[in-house]
Amino acid sequence: MLNTQDILETIKMIQDENLDIRTITMGISLLDCIDPDIDVACEKVYQKIMSKAKNLVKVGEDIEREYGIPIINKRISVTPIAIISAACKGADPVKFALTLERAATDCGVNFIGGYSALVQKGFSAGDEELIRSIPRALSVTEHVCSSVNIGSTKTGINLDACKLMGQIVKEASELTADRNCIGAAKLVVFCNAPDDNPFMAGAFHGVGEPDCIINVGVSGPGVVRAALAKAPDANISEVADIIKKTAFKITRMGQLVGTEAGKRLGVPFGIVDLSLAPTPAVGDSVAHILEEIGLEKCGTHGTTATLAMLNDAVKKGGVMASSRVGGLSGAFIPVTEDAGMIDAARCGSLCLEKLEAMTAVCSVGLDMIVVPGDTPAETISAIIADEAAIGMVNFKTTAVRLIPAVGLKEGEELDFGGLLGYGPIMKVNKNSSAKFINRGGQIPAPMQSLKN
Amino acid sequence: MKTVITAVGKDNVGILAKVSAICADVSANVIDVSQTVMQDMFCMIMLTDTSKMTVDIGTLRSKMEEMAKENNLQVHVMHEDLFNSMHRI
Repeated sequence: MLNTQDILETIKMIQDENLDIRTITMGISLLDCIDPDIDVACEKVYQKIMSKAKNLVKVGEDIEREYGIPIINKRISVTPIAIISAACKGADPVKFALTLERAATDCGVNFIGGYSALVQKGFSAGDEELIRSIPRALSVTEHVCSSVNIGSTKTGINLDACKLMGQIVKEASELTADRNCIGAAKLVVFCNAPDDNPFMAGAFHGVGEPDCIINVGVSGPGVVRAALAKAPDANISEVADIIKKTAFKITRMGQLVGTEAGKRLGVPFGIVDLSLAPTPAVGDSVAHILEEIGLEKCGTHGTTATLAMLNDAVKKGGVMASSRVGGLSGAFIPVTEDAGMIDAARCGSLCLEKLEAMTAVCSVGLDMIVVPGDTPAETISAIIADEAAIGMVNFKTTAVRLIPAVGLKEGEELDFGGLLGYGPIMKVNKNSSAKFINRGGQIPAPMQSLKN
Repeated sequence: MKTVITAVGKDNVGILAKVSAICADVSANVIDVSQTVMQDMFCMIMLTDTSKMTVDIGTLRSKMEEMAKENNLQVHVMHEDLFNSMHRI
């Protein structure tokens, strides 16, 4: 028989501590939709997505009902569109974005990711056209998310792509200035992008992945914080142990849902992404976990050390709990999506430089950070290059999702609403990085790449 | 399929009867029940076999929630596998 204590603990986690499955993401390969005629290709893309994902939302809702677990998002990720659009010479890649939007709306999913290009070593056919079309694509669609991989440990960093992405991020924000610059919030610039990430905006379906697959992203910062609150005097090794045990339980739930969803959809189960993904809701914050461990405010000295421990303990607990772990896996630190980070940024405890240090030990990178609208494109490019360098040297995924808030200045606030949250505009170093960025070329791969 | 039904709330006459009446109504077979009253909080956990139920799990949940609202209780209807996977290696 089941243990009463265990049952009540699970219910408390879901009801009071915001435990949920953040996303079930179906990865769909579009490699068989390539066609030189863009209209034919778009139709094939639409049909392929509909044939695989038409039941995704229903199955998600069924599982939610039967198991009593909230599943917040149902999403789709597809093969990077630059690979598909490369065959359509001279055509406008935004047609693909509109097709993805139509498929997402008809399937009823929350987001569709994969308006992406992989240019870590240089631009191939179609890449540059697609990247230049990103701001328009994001402004005429609602559900489409975009990402660009500009570096990796194996290849180094494509500085030409960094330069271009600085302009693209600004433009994406400007074209959606009337909608709180939402375009930039749906665009991520990666180094070492994972092929199986279920989280938006960076999800795409890697070329080495099977035809169709189900990936699951779990959440639960509130659960970890509540567990730590019960042990206020534990030493740091005991704290790490508590986090591991909690991460284990959270991940098991993800594994269960992923396996079940795969079975019902007739699609193989891919991975569980063991991420602590915060939301702006009170009690669902990664910053509050760090504060529970013993920081007066997130961003103060000690933040990097506690975050490193948290990130590592989450992985250790999760790896034991799931047969397949992948994606980003670790602790996310998106500023506008985390009530504790928002507070810390507002009071000046958390600055861009500290966030950069934190990204060396967290699972992703500079995420959902609002900067002044007049920040030069070269400065954004340089922030991207810095972040990519951390990822390249440390063999980890790093990403940048900055939102230049058009017309707003440091200290003012931008509000997206919903899961994307709100946040203060952060201070950016005003000294120019233009000469470095305008040099162009490729930052060579580091020694770490020569492992063979 | 086995389903765990839990009810928590202020102790009152007939909570168990009301929960089991709904189960009987939809042909959910009660396999095991445990209940305690801590201070004046009533806490009941019921394991039921819902494989031969005459309605789907969503209907069972809404019936339970309706009853819970009338009696000022918190009722949860969840699949047994959830607890097995989270708490057993």
